[in-house]
Amino acid sequence: MLGIIRTIWMTFLHMFHRNETVQYPDVKPYLSPRYRGRIVLTRDPGGEERCVACNLCAAACPVDCISLQKGEREGRWYPEFFQINFSRCIFCGFCEEACPTYAIQLTPDFEMSEYVRQNLVYEKEDLLISGPGKVHDYSFYNVSGLKIPGKNKGEAENEAKPVDIHALMP
Amino acid sequence: MMSIIWPILVIVVTVFGVLGVAAVSTMLERRLLGVFQDRPGPNRVGPFGLFQVIADAMKMLFKQDWIPPFADKPVFLIAPIIGFLAVLLCFGVVPITPIWSVAGNLNVGLLFIFGMLGLGVYSVVLAGWSSNNKYALLGGMRAAAQMISYEVFMGLSVMGVVMAAGSFSIRDIVDAQTNCWFIIPQFLGAVIFFLAGVAETHRLPFDFPEGENEIGAGFHTEYSGMKFGMFYLAEYAGVALSSALVTTLYLGGWHGPLLPPFLWFAIKVFLLICFYILLRAALPRPRYDQLMSFGWKVLLPLSLLNILVTGAVVLLRAGV
Ligand code: SF4
Ligand code: SF4
Repeated sequence: MLGIIRTIWMTFLHMFHRNETVQYPDVKPYLSPRYRGRIVLTRDPGGEERCVACNLCAAACPVDCISLQKGEREGRWYPEFFQINFSRCIFCGFCEEACPTYAIQLTPDFEMSEYVRQNLVYEKEDLLISGPGKVHDYSFYNVSGLKIPGKNKGEAENEAKPVDIHALMP
Repeated sequence: MMSIIWPILVIVVTVFGVLGVAAVSTMLERRLLGVFQDRPGPNRVGPFGLFQVIADAMKMLFKQDWIPPFADKPVFLIAPIIGFLAVLLCFGVVPITPIWSVAGNLNVGLLFIFGMLGLGVYSVVLAGWSSNNKYALLGGMRAAAQMISYEVFMGLSVMGVVMAAGSFSIRDIVDAQTNCWFIIPQFLGAVIFFLAGVAETHRLPFDFPEGENEIGAGFHTEYSGMKFGMFYLAEYAGVALSSALVTTLYLGGWHGPLLPPFLWFAIKVFLLICFYILLRAALPRPRYDQLMSFGWKVLLPLSLLNILVTGAVVLLRAGV
């Protein structure tokens, strides 16, 4: 009985509390840079696509909303198409964690409503941005041992020269 | 000529006044609930969101009015109308000011109100029955049990006031409170009457006929468009009615110092409506059997006790 009256009184006191609401479309809330919103594909500092079409993001995605096709040009892998179905994406960020090349990144933007559901399927052209995103100076091919035009085996950062397995010297 | 026009004017203005109050209190409720929950509530349409009422009304009017093919059509149609009319008719016998009332002098005013509230049960039961939907039927059953039993305590708790004022006419009851509001000698009765009023209008926390988490939307599950709007308006008109009744029976009606009678009446009703909303914001819904046993095991003995004591006091005063 007393508890009921106390509840009523405490609820009444909330009349004099401050509003917690952010008047959203008029006042934008602050979203930290690591907020998990719209997904982008980034480029490396040289301006090339970072994605190497390894499919790890698609495998990590719990709702299977990423689909891509590997292509190859001058020894480098790249996605021929890369689709993210944002009507299924749950913005968990697993794809970003899985990606070995920092290619796929989530951004603090969530205003992506559409009237037609099909429009929520983003193609590579919609996803690809022109900058490196959150990671500024990482280029996968500069640190990996893969041979590409202009960079031979053993020429990557922190990479030792390849061992000549036919030689006898230690 | 004047003798015809004046009553018609009173009736028309009262009806539209009640409708307006019901519509505005939907808005008031949403704003106040927001305030109690530290958020602003609807504030987009017009200044302070006041036009939300109009927007809601438009939405109700233009929504598709769907009658399910399995429903019992005539009953389905008539149920909301009964509920709506019953509440509106009740306002007829509530005297708002000494000069402004449709039939405030009716010598069986209180009985008329209880009769109309009894009819209101039909609306809910028939709605639940004719919808041909098990959740609606369950809601209707609950409404029947709850409203009929709470009407008992409502009637019994009011008897104290009737005895003290010596009349069933609400006008006389208000006049009897010129010196002392009945809430002071009849405090127990006032509390019981208020609780029964909450149950009678099936408002939270006693909204079992439409307990969302158990039985969908209860008796109005199948209703849409304007027919749902009628239930909705009737509910808020019921809240206003219950507040007006508490005001006239226990809070001295239009009596009060300084301000004009109408203003006093309006202030009291407004505060009571706000209290209704506060109850909704504060209290969770009890279990159904708890409601029933609370009614029969607590409220019934208390209201009988109230009658007993009041009767004894009245007899003593009369010096028998
Ligand atoms: S954020 Fe999660 S759900 Fe969305 S694409 Fe990445 S892994 Fe899939
Ligand atoms: S975005 Fe990253 S994880 Fe996905 S395919 Fe491209 S490189 Fe692999």
